[in-house]
Amino acid sequence: MSNRRVLTGNHFMNGDIATAEGAMAARIGFFAGYPITPSTEVAERLARRMPEVGDTFIQMEDELASMAAIIGGSLAGKRSMTATSGPGISLMMENLGLAAMMEAPCVVVNIQRGGPSTGLPTLAGQSDIMQARWGSHGDYRIIAYSPWSPQEAFDLTVLSFNMADRYRVPTLLLADEVIGHMVERVVIPEESEIEHWERKKPTKPPNGRFKPFEALDDDLVPPIAHAGEGYKVHFTGLTHDERGYPDMTPDTHQKLVTRLVEKIRVNADDIIRTEDYQLDDAKIVLISFGCTARSARRAVRDAREQGIPVGLLRMISIWPFPKKIIKELASNADTFIVAEMNLGQMSREVERHVSQPVVGVNHAGGEMISPEKILKAIKEVAGDV
Amino acid sequence: MSEMIVVQDHPLDNIIRKDRMPHIWCPGCGIGIVMRAYATAIQETGIPLDQHVVVSGIGCTGRVAGYMDIDSYHSTHGRALPFATGIKLGNPDLTVTVISGDGDLASIGGNHLIHAARRNIDLKVICVNNFNYGMTGGQVGPTTPTGAFGTTAPYGNPELPFNLPFLLAASGANYVSRWTTMHIREMKKEFLYTYSKPGFTFTEIISPCPIGFGKSNNIDTGLEEMELYRRRCELVRPGELPLDDLDINLIEDKPIYVGRFVDRDNPPFSPAKPKEEK
Repeated sequence: MSNRRVLTGNHFMNGDIATAEGAMAARIGFFAGYPITPSTEVAERLARRMPEVGDTFIQMEDELASMAAIIGGSLAGKRSMTATSGPGISLMMENLGLAAMMEAPCVVVNIQRGGPSTGLPTLAGQSDIMQARWGSHGDYRIIAYSPWSPQEAFDLTVLSFNMADRYRVPTLLLADEVIGHMVERVVIPEESEIEHWERKKPTKPPNGRFKPFEALDDDLVPPIAHAGEGYKVHFTGLTHDERGYPDMTPDTHQKLVTRLVEKIRVNADDIIRTEDYQLDDAKIVLISFGCTARSARRAVRDAREQGIPVGLLRMISIWPFPKKIIKELASNADTFIVAEMNLGQMSREVERHVSQPVVGVNHAGGEMISPEKILKAIKEVAGDV
Repeated sequence: MSEMIVVQDHPLDNIIRKDRMPHIWCPGCGIGIVMRAYATAIQETGIPLDQHVVVSGIGCTGRVAGYMDIDSYHSTHGRALPFATGIKLGNPDLTVTVISGDGDLASIGGNHLIHAARRNIDLKVICVNNFNYGMTGGQVGPTTPTGAFGTTAPYGNPELPFNLPFLLAASGANYVSRWTTMHIREMKKEFLYTYSKPGFTFTEIISPCPIGFGKSNNIDTGLEEMELYRRRCELVRPGELPLDDLDINLIEDKPIYVGRFVDRDNPPFSPAKPKEEK
């Protein structure tokens, strides 16, 4: 295909392939995965591409193993990723918690399909929104981005690697089957134009006891030392002190878990990405993401033509939740509408932050919500039916 | 009166996290013996200690990683092998050892065990087999002999146990052996040998667990349990016995075979590379 890491130029590719090429451009070093529709093309593309540039691709025996392997790869110093969907992401939740606890940077791609269980293997869903946030047991935070086009799948994969490394946190690319299999133009920039953020490393050579969980900076992110660098690190899924040593006391647990949560909260402004459309004078604020945002944008355009003051907030990041932005919009809005391909997940989060009515436009999954259906909801809210 | 000699340093001080002592293992437990043999062996490999990595899963043996003063990783229950696979492939220069228990490796991690062996990936596995789940208080596991008692088998274990050497040999490991914690010298020598052997190696160590296994089975002390195993031991050479004869039966008076059962040189796992174009 090509022995170039970055396929600079104009392409016509689907979201899965664009995700794989985003990983290549982000200098992924290790991929471990297990085939599952509709994410398989990510693995297939990387199986071909990674060996071309000397990187390691492995197909594991299941998703439990895939997620465990990318944590190992990450802690050995490689940018690491896996890709899955549906039941696969449920299996990965076990070690996603380990990645959060070990603060192992990694990217987990979830090309969402309809659930629960085996559900709709070949058809789209957006019903893993809350699972992405809460899926593993215990308190922790992750970062999640949701692309609305193959181009954005490429861009957000690069961003996901950078955020994962900057905050030492598992980062999810929460795409959906529509975006994964949609073919569109994707422009891949010059290699020199692709941002690459380095992990924060120890400032001193190995001498004495390095503390891989001691966060001295305001961002609450501790520096990381990799296997083989001489720091004799210890990483555990148990509650641990700043040395990484197990310390199962309420005080240490409180301190550690609070920091895992706080490091994402205090850096939320840096992490969050949203896009406004016609929001300046909007009395009705429509919120959407992923493939559904494409219909939502069309619905806003049509509603505006009919004089309805509606605008779209497209959530590019899903987690952390953009509560500051939502609260600002609430100062001028009468009603919120949330369009999503599930039976009301993000709408619950919006409800928590606004006092106005929140109207859901929902479908359990399997087909895109049409612009007409969203427009109908807008008109109902505007009292125009 | 004999003279007391006080030494400042233990010979393994440089490789054990002294700041984590005392350890959590019960009196009479065999895991410390295995850890000592492992620590001694890796010092003699000639590979710098900062290139040695240890990974474990969950359970009593899973705590070994936390006591070794090298890069050490205590992963999730059953996932030590895929976690270690990631480290090894992330940095192939590292020498990666997995130390975990029979429940962790062969039950919840059983699928990973057979697949890691099938790949023949260059991981050195030490499996401490104490016939039960010790950390949770003596439940039966995948290696508990039929008829032996456990807190979840008050009427005796109705199941057949894994014959681990047979399983690992069939799955594709390059090296398979079994010893008991009484075989201190053999254990260290065999650990050391595995570091010169590319591919997947699996060393099973039968270990006493007087608190978890002994209490349900009328074995009072660790020493008594070790002697019970030693009395049954018979050393075999590679190929001397069919592998399916290596199962352990504690109810009938059958031998526990120890020794090196598999020692072969199949190519270890190597990540895919594109074919050279002609």
